[in-house]
Amino acid sequence: MILLLQYTLIFASVLLLVALGGCFSEHSGVINIGLEGIMVMGALGGALMMKFLPDSTPAIGMILLVVLAAILLGMLYSLLLAVAAINFKADQTLVGTAMNLLGTAAATVFVKAMNTAESVDNVSSTIQYINAKKAFLVNIGSFEFNWFMLLALLALIGSYVSLYKTRFGLRLMACGEHPQAADSVGINVYKMRYAGVLISGMLGGLGGIVYITAGVSEWKFENGVAGFGFLALAVMIFGQWKPTRIALAALLFGFFRALGNVYSGFDMLKALNLPAAVYNMLPYIISLVVLAFTSKKSRAPKAEGVPYDKGQR
Amino acid sequence: MKKEKTSLLRNGAVQSLLASLLCILLGLIVGYVALLLINPAGANGAIVAIVENFMTYSKSTAQLRYFGSTLVKTAPLLMCSLSVLFAYKVGLFNIGAAGQYVVGTGACLYCALGLKLPWFACLIAAIAAGAALGAISGVLKAYCNVNEVISCIMLNWISLYAVNMLLTLVKEETSPYTFTLASTNEGAILPSLGLGALFSKNQYVGLAIPLAVLVAILVWVLLEKTKLGYELKATGCNKFAAKYCGMREKKNLILTMAIAGGLASMGAAMLFLTGFEQWQCTQSAVPAMGFNGIAAAFLGGLNPIGAIFSSYFIQHITNGGAYVDKTMYSSQISDFISALIIYLCGFVLFFKMALNSWLNRRDEKKAAGKGGDGK
Repeated sequence: MILLLQYTLIFASVLLLVALGGCFSEHSGVINIGLEGIMVMGALGGALMMKFLPDSTPAIGMILLVVLAAILLGMLYSLLLAVAAINFKADQTLVGTAMNLLGTAAATVFVKAMNTAESVDNVSSTIQYINAKKAFLVNIGSFEFNWFMLLALLALIGSYVSLYKTRFGLRLMACGEHPQAADSVGINVYKMRYAGVLISGMLGGLGGIVYITAGVSEWKFENGVAGFGFLALAVMIFGQWKPTRIALAALLFGFFRALGNVYSGFDMLKALNLPAAVYNMLPYIISLVVLAFTSKKSRAPKAEGVPYDKGQR
Repeated sequence: MKKEKTSLLRNGAVQSLLASLLCILLGLIVGYVALLLINPAGANGAIVAIVENFMTYSKSTAQLRYFGSTLVKTAPLLMCSLSVLFAYKVGLFNIGAAGQYVVGTGACLYCALGLKLPWFACLIAAIAAGAALGAISGVLKAYCNVNEVISCIMLNWISLYAVNMLLTLVKEETSPYTFTLASTNEGAILPSLGLGALFSKNQYVGLAIPLAVLVAILVWVLLEKTKLGYELKATGCNKFAAKYCGMREKKNLILTMAIAGGLASMGAAMLFLTGFEQWQCTQSAVPAMGFNGIAAAFLGGLNPIGAIFSSYFIQHITNGGAYVDKTMYSSQISDFISALIIYLCGFVLFFKMALNSWLNRRDEKKAAGKGGDGK
């Protein structure tokens, strides 16, 4: 039971971080389908940091550096979307899709090249971080507390406050609802949209490193992040683009994802004798069903996905 | 003379072609830079290997044979790209081509290996399965306002796990692969039509390739020359206007996704019913074919005929990736290049706009110059 709680919380943290990222980007008016690719890049940054830092690094330093690496790489990568969507008025869905493919391909190529450079026989795309990962875990009884859970909570509070209680957040949201109106009162729409996308890169990258350290201690980059970026988008839609609701949605989805990891520990579920694939499918099926019921009265930012054109009325 | 030249550059098709060539060039250059960064020693060899593909073989029979193999994989890619571009013309982004491809595989292989049906039945089963999956996204979009990109991605993963489960029933005991068609049910192999003999007896070359080209032409006819195609495109432009004109916009949305789904899954049947590949039942990622279809569709300027050439090109470099020096690089470098090409395709609109405004400026200048001469 505790194991289920632990996995639920860690997967919910991932979804929460990434969905909040998407939330910032969409509130500024840019659809970020590329979250999946951003997660991969963040994961790559963090994993490399864990691999190359000596095991003797103090835990706090390890955490800070890994988080920093993930955030930096995520933000850098999100610039690809920002430049294309904001300056060049590109189709945001297309660019986002390209970023997802590019993220996985680039990470695979890079990690494989690195592994082969170390030893010629190693053609895998896997990075291991068994020892480094321990820095993030604190055992409280049999519950394994992960510092990332705290980070996710902080991100939630931070997002709520910055979106609703600060001038920056309100301006950001104005740019996603009616950019022309925002511009007319002197808000720089381009800058705000850049800010939105970069924040999504930051949170997406962070979510990536949390995801690959959740439950496993090595990651095969060929697999990307298995559609988690898109699950996060579903969480965001289900949460109606509001941070607090997103948190609840993330808990729900995290729970179903966690079931896939720990179902064999429950006699009742084991007795059902369902193949593992069913549990793997579960989060996706649930999200489809949930979306079907909640998308009708969608509260999406009005101007999302529409490139801003100063001359347009 | 000069006037003609201007009008040539203004021609939409020429602009698309130029934009695509530019995307390819830039994609290859960035790919080359990435190779240089990884290992400067082998970068030249690797990029040449990718571009050469089967031409690395010195014997012409081997060249022909591997050219055939590239074509065998071009057929499904073309179908996937048709699926993507068809939906895109109607304003939908069919990122679910990958999932529809997967269910197509599941349906045709199960019918062939489990139920021992002949090839045309397997082909139809595949089309039906993909169309049904596409229709689900369509219904969700039309009646529940679910963004088709999200629903398609969810369905991609659901279909992957479901097909893995289904095909485990017909897999070899000692390996994760499904039975081969040749050993289990020869009647399910697509007829070769004697085409295989042309490619130094590459038995996999057959019906699929001409069929895919035929479908590309049919899609073009459907989109450009029929009332249905016009209605679908109108719905894509503005579904409220379409509704106002008496078109059934919901039915059109669903129909579009069903057709797009059917196209992608037919592609799967075209590959797996040749016996060229077996499905691996432990596959943990959705096959790249559907995603490469997106690259091919946009690279082809969203034109069915253009898609024939762009699909071949994407498959050419994907196959070429297998020939890079494995001690230095991985074959994914070609995925990397095709992803770059998709990314660059996002800039095509900007490129066309810039080109047009440059042309306008030039014409204005010329007109102004002429006016000056007159005085």
